Amino acid sequence: MSVMQADTQEYDVIIVGSGAGGGMSAYVLTIAGLKVLMLEAGRDYDPVKETPMFNWPKDAPLRDAGTPDRPFGFYNATVDGGWQVPGEPYSQASSDPKQQFSWWRARMMGGRTNHWGRISLRNGPYDFKPYSRDGLGFDWPVSYEDIAPYYDKTEMLVGVYGETGHNLENTPDSPAGILQPPPKPRAYELLAKKACNEMDIPVIPGHLAILTKRQDHKVLPKKLFPNNPLGQKVTADSMQARAACFWATHCGRGCSIKAAFQSTTVLIPPALATGNLNIISNAMVREVTLNAAGKADGVIYIDKTSRQERKVKGRAVVVAASAAETSRIFLNSRSSLFPDGIANSSGLVGKYLMDSVGGGVTGQIPALEGLPPMNEDGSSGHHLYQPWWLYKEQKAGKLNFAKGYHIEMSGGRTMPGAGVFGGLESFTDGAYGKDYKDACRRYYGTFVHFAGRGSMIPNEDSFCEIDSDRVDQWGIPILKFHWKWSDHETNMVAHMHKTFAEIIEQMGGKVTSTIHSDGSKAISNGGSIIHEIGGTIMGADRGKSVLNQYCQSWDVPNLFVTDGAPFPSKADKNPTLTIMALAWRTSDYIVEQFKQRAI
Amino acid sequence: MSNSTTNLHRRQTLKLLGAAAASAPLLGFSASSAAVQAKTKGAEVIFSPTDPDLLNPVVHWSMKLTQQELEELAVLVDVIIPADDQSPAASSLGAPGFINEWVSAPYPQQERDLVLVRGGIVWLNAEARKRFNQSFRQLNAMQREQICDDICLESRAKPEHRYGARFFAKVRDLAATAFYTTTEGMADIGYIGNRPMQTFEGPSDEVLRMLKLKS
Ligand SMILES: Cc1cc2nc3c(=O)[nH]c(=O)nc-3n(C[C@H](O)[C@H](O)[C@H](O)COP(=O)(O)OP(=O)(O)OC[C@H]3O[C@@H](n4cnc5c(N)ncnc54)[C@H](O)[C@@H]3O)c2cc1C
Ligand code: SF4
Repeated sequence: MSVMQADTQEYDVIIVGSGAGGGMSAYVLTIAGLKVLMLEAGRDYDPVKETPMFNWPKDAPLRDAGTPDRPFGFYNATVDGGWQVPGEPYSQASSDPKQQFSWWRARMMGGRTNHWGRISLRNGPYDFKPYSRDGLGFDWPVSYEDIAPYYDKTEMLVGVYGETGHNLENTPDSPAGILQPPPKPRAYELLAKKACNEMDIPVIPGHLAILTKRQDHKVLPKKLFPNNPLGQKVTADSMQARAACFWATHCGRGCSIKAAFQSTTVLIPPALATGNLNIISNAMVREVTLNAAGKADGVIYIDKTSRQERKVKGRAVVVAASAAETSRIFLNSRSSLFPDGIANSSGLVGKYLMDSVGGGVTGQIPALEGLPPMNEDGSSGHHLYQPWWLYKEQKAGKLNFAKGYHIEMSGGRTMPGAGVFGGLESFTDGAYGKDYKDACRRYYGTFVHFAGRGSMIPNEDSFCEIDSDRVDQWGIPILKFHWKWSDHETNMVAHMHKTFAEIIEQMGGKVTSTIHSDGSKAISNGGSIIHEIGGTIMGADRGKSVLNQYCQSWDVPNLFVTDGAPFPSKADKNPTLTIMALAWRTSDYIVEQFKQRAI
Repeated sequence: MSNSTTNLHRRQTLKLLGAAAASAPLLGFSASSAAVQAKTKGAEVIFSPTDPDLLNPVVHWSMKLTQQELEELAVLVDVIIPADDQSPAASSLGAPGFINEWVSAPYPQQERDLVLVRGGIVWLNAEARKRFNQSFRQLNAMQREQICDDICLESRAKPEHRYGARFFAKVRDLAATAFYTTTEGMADIGYIGNRPMQTFEGPSDEVLRMLKLKS
């Protein structure tokens, strides 16, 4: 990827961040012919050359165990990141862990898309209008119908496996012909499906951004860009460079054959191929600058290599630095017009930070003992999942929480790594010696974990602000986080625990986790599910939101946001597919604004 | 047993960024104290623990256990994972060396484990002396079992054995990680993945029948 040192040219658009949102914006804008400069705080990163595909845990330090330096393991595709980034601290308003926000960041080209879980669910119609449905959360200024065409396009481009035609409430089916074929379920997934179906819980193929067959590079690019030969060409070339999943190697390490979606393999290469994109890496953006007319005219960043401040100019600015970081850049962009941060006349920048509600339970399933060796690597993610199913009960007032959660399963005969058989003694009465070896043979592959991922209602007590006392090593004021769950979320986690225990028992298994009836004891800390959204929310009313329905600042019309920060409410669905669909829509709008000379 | 501490083959000489970076504890968690490491452009490769070369792994800390401690651990890991007709004993697959790599690592969890393991080895020998007037290494299999039976499950251990039980649990978990991540260990439990395949076929009919998902 081209990396430049300094730049005096005026660009059409400057994009901050190269992850899901920044990558998609660059792809759409450059294909439309705009001259784009992307600034990325991390280093350049090439998954084709750097991914440890088949490398064994035994060849990694600590057998690939997570450490503070490498939180998800040595081989995980996270560069200079994790719960802490060296030299870039953040602070908490409370010392109570349940009122803190764990902020996962990665400093690398492509951001978190290099190591994300690839789960790619569409928000349903209710998720866009949560307030209208039950009086909680904020309605989006767009509906499912507005976004559906962009979901279609994003799924075609990215390649998402799944199955259509299930016709479940608030769980949209993609139109026929868009999804990649789903992989066959694994043994433990089939057992769970049987148990769930007996409990009236639906189980359907998961949706993951992984190619299970090669993309049709002749047909898809024409559908995506009917009147744009450049778009067709770069997209077709990029699709041809991608292989189908070969059912081995963990997507969390990245995918050198480009079967799994990463911004660095799917969005940035075709954007660069247009000739319209320049990228500066190691460029830590501090603020968006404003001209006398009250429009954004560029950004100031710190060149991390020289530690010098630099300014670049653009006619429009797109910020996609990840939700909280986008808030941070806005709040640090102070001027006489916006003393509290750019585009912040509503005072809402940094407010309504959200994450998915998380809770999980593990069980041991005797039926899985004694099976012959079989390869269950699969796509490394789930092949089946359970969408939220209790809409009717909820409407009838039978649940003590609003919204819902879906279930993500894992388990089976995964590759033994650090911590394998940890804690087995509670099953084996402390076995050692020959008994222990026999126990390992017996219990290997028989554990199944159920993780709930639920909707969080935006609240006044969950937000970030500038910690006025501290700066990071680039001299940029840092964020301070405030966090609070409501009873809706904690009650939801108690429901997860009860339900997952029932599923495990229905499978004939034994629960191995502690089951909590008090959800506040079991809920994952804010931020720890890494579905960070909110902070510059979109809305229909400029007094109550930062952005309009095109993720355009109400105050500064050539300033846009294309990461998760515009989300006004958190569905149970994982956010990234929606980030990309919305980024595509916003980018189309930006192109339109350029055409109409409104920018 | 060799003094080889890890299974890493391609060891490289590290060029660490200044002495501060080399003193391991500085590379820890706390954002305020973490040594900030930048990669330089020139020929010199500077090692960064948050951005290591994933294809050429190195263990960037030095080993802390003594040869004697390693030999005593070798005896214990073989009590926990002995050779049988399916696979060798844990020590022959490098478990003591892995434990050394683990407890020597410059991270809070591992620093706690270093105390647990070192103290545990002393505890075990003291217990052996108390009961049999010999070090653990010198005991026969039955004598070793007598002690291990008292410390193999923390929840059941007597108060005076509780520390020993925590130590035993730690060594058992570390020995299992060391053993079952090797080729031989994976074969023992039947992990057969990590190889590319044209298609993913899911469970066989035989497995489906065993699970009563098919008649
Ligand atoms: C382990 C893991 C699993 C996940 N699984 C899923 C999943 O299955 N499904 C799902 O939907 N989501 C998942 N997510 C979340 C998903 O990764 C994010 O939603 C997505 O990457 C967000 O895209 P983004 O563009 O907002 O941010 P990012 O992908 O993080 O990209 C932001 C980029 O901006 C750069 N940047 C930040 N600050 C600055 C600055 N000041 N100047 C310049 N550049 C800057 C960053 O370095 C980064 O490269 C997962 C995340 C993790 C970590
Ligand atoms: S499981 Fe498939 S998609 Fe994921 S990294 Fe491996 S080959 Fe790539």
